[in-house]
Amino acid sequence: MASRPPTPITISPAPHRVRRPRRAGPRHESATAWTFIAPAVLVILGLSVVPVVWSLLLSFQADDLVTPSRWVGLDNYDALVRDPNFGQAVRNTVVYTALYVPLSIVLGLALALVLNQRIRLVGVYRTLMFVPFVVSATAQGVLFSFILDPEFGAANSLLNRLGLSPQGFLTDPGQALFVLVGITLWSGTGFCVVVYLAALQDVPPSLVEAARLDGAGRWQVLRHVVLPTLTPITVFLVLWQTINALQVFDLVYVTTKGGPLGSTTVIVYFVWEQAFKNFTAGYGAAAAYVIAVVLFVIAAALRIARRRGQAGAAR
Amino acid sequence: MTATLVTPANRVAPAEAPPRRFRLPFSAWHLLLAPLAVLFAVPLLWLLVSSVMTNAEINRFPPALWPHGIDLGGYAYVLGDAMFPRWFANSLIVSATAVASNLLFGALGGYAFARLRFAGSRVLLVLMLATMAIPFQLTMIPTFIVMRELGLIDTLGALIVPSLVTPFAVFLMRQFFLSLPRELEEAAWIDGCSTIGVLFRIVLPLSRPALTTVAILTFLTTWNDLTWPLIAINHDTQYTLQLGLTTFQGLHHTEWSAVMAGNVITVVPVLLAFLGAQKAFIQSVTASGLKG
Repeated sequence: MASRPPTPITISPAPHRVRRPRRAGPRHESATAWTFIAPAVLVILGLSVVPVVWSLLLSFQADDLVTPSRWVGLDNYDALVRDPNFGQAVRNTVVYTALYVPLSIVLGLALALVLNQRIRLVGVYRTLMFVPFVVSATAQGVLFSFILDPEFGAANSLLNRLGLSPQGFLTDPGQALFVLVGITLWSGTGFCVVVYLAALQDVPPSLVEAARLDGAGRWQVLRHVVLPTLTPITVFLVLWQTINALQVFDLVYVTTKGGPLGSTTVIVYFVWEQAFKNFTAGYGAAAAYVIAVVLFVIAAALRIARRRGQAGAAR
Repeated sequence: MTATLVTPANRVAPAEAPPRRFRLPFSAWHLLLAPLAVLFAVPLLWLLVSSVMTNAEINRFPPALWPHGIDLGGYAYVLGDAMFPRWFANSLIVSATAVASNLLFGALGGYAFARLRFAGSRVLLVLMLATMAIPFQLTMIPTFIVMRELGLIDTLGALIVPSLVTPFAVFLMRQFFLSLPRELEEAAWIDGCSTIGVLFRIVLPLSRPALTTVAILTFLTTWNDLTWPLIAINHDTQYTLQLGLTTFQGLHHTEWSAVMAGNVITVVPVLLAFLGAQKAFIQSVTASGLKG
């Protein structure tokens, strides 16, 4: 597979300032450029920069999306801290993320390492592992509510045939969140496999060869040559999977609607519920802001860690 | 199991003499990989199987694990439904528009950022890059209000407008254009070709890989999205397939074969696209790491 592993976008390679023959003056070029970027600027800035500021303002207001809103200062944030449902949503999201992110990455790496060998049917395995990734969360949710249906589902039918007791799965408050992690692992591990496989193509064979010649065994090559080369990819995957896990919504909406007993209410579900079901949009915006700040801090911390890591490697 | 498998023992201590080798006709890794592959495949296989079962087979206890014959009743039910075909068409309209407009506006914007000089280009570029990091839940409430003020709520327009062009499409195209040699474009400039002519006649024909990536990822995200349609659409004539499917499941929760047939219909377009262009798909998804 010739695909490139993900590389962070850099702004630095600015268009080189080579004098080139132009028919028109800079004024003309500038006008053309603005025409070209106008749609993108309008949509992207209009529907993300403006809403970000708007959301912040909303979070200081009481707003039901219908009547004019009223300024309430920090009341929404104050109420959030005391809201046990928000606390539960945060806990559920953290548990979900803390399970899904490491498991998907470790499984993805292990499978990619196995698939990176010269064995037959690698293409078939890769396809089968990746296919669930393109299936929408809605379709996954509908499918698994059926498979895991306590009465009519295939899972309990199978357990029954094996002589095991039937399970509640998504209807059991003690299991539901873990079942959701399982479903996301089924659909999301393939992504890590594919990204790692692409990255493994870029491990310089000469480096591995040199380590072998120095008497390193398979495990040592993996530990001291391959894994360090993959570090940037791993950092990217941790960041990527964490962002996605903290924002899980569709699957929850389709399967459990946050239940049973709030055991799968995650943060985005909480925000959605507040804004579009209870019509307390200001309160929802405040919750969204809290999460956004947490996400931002995580991203910044990872970025700093990566930079330190690079500085360490350079030394 | 011991045959060609590298045991932990000799991985840790490679100096020891390798164990005697019995040759399996295939690599021992298959003993691990094959069951795993089955685990990944079974839910989707089950989706297909249950869509051709009868409700009687599904609703008895314990439910059947294999159909007695192929029953297309579920498909007939779904396709005869007053709304389902319409939802399919709605999804197709929204996705196709998003793909076309992302290709066009992504290329235009990307080309301006890659090749044209204009005041404020770097600031705008950084600003756009920053917007990719904004989580959707932060923008969804104001976006809803904006769409309502535009009178678009409960129309497909509310779904189309926010997905007209993504910063990702602009960036991906910019990065790709920067990797192209300038000589061809310069020759065309000298020959008196206009900027738009250079872009459409010289640059875009060379940009198939980047355009494919934008098309695939745009299709995948718009076709599969549930969150935004759920917020922006109330009336069932304007549902997308994802929104329709979950509503349909809620209304017909005992008619599983119809729900599963609907589910197959929802998944098939993406699956066909994936199987048809698998290599491009996997490359595109890997390239989405650019967003990190």
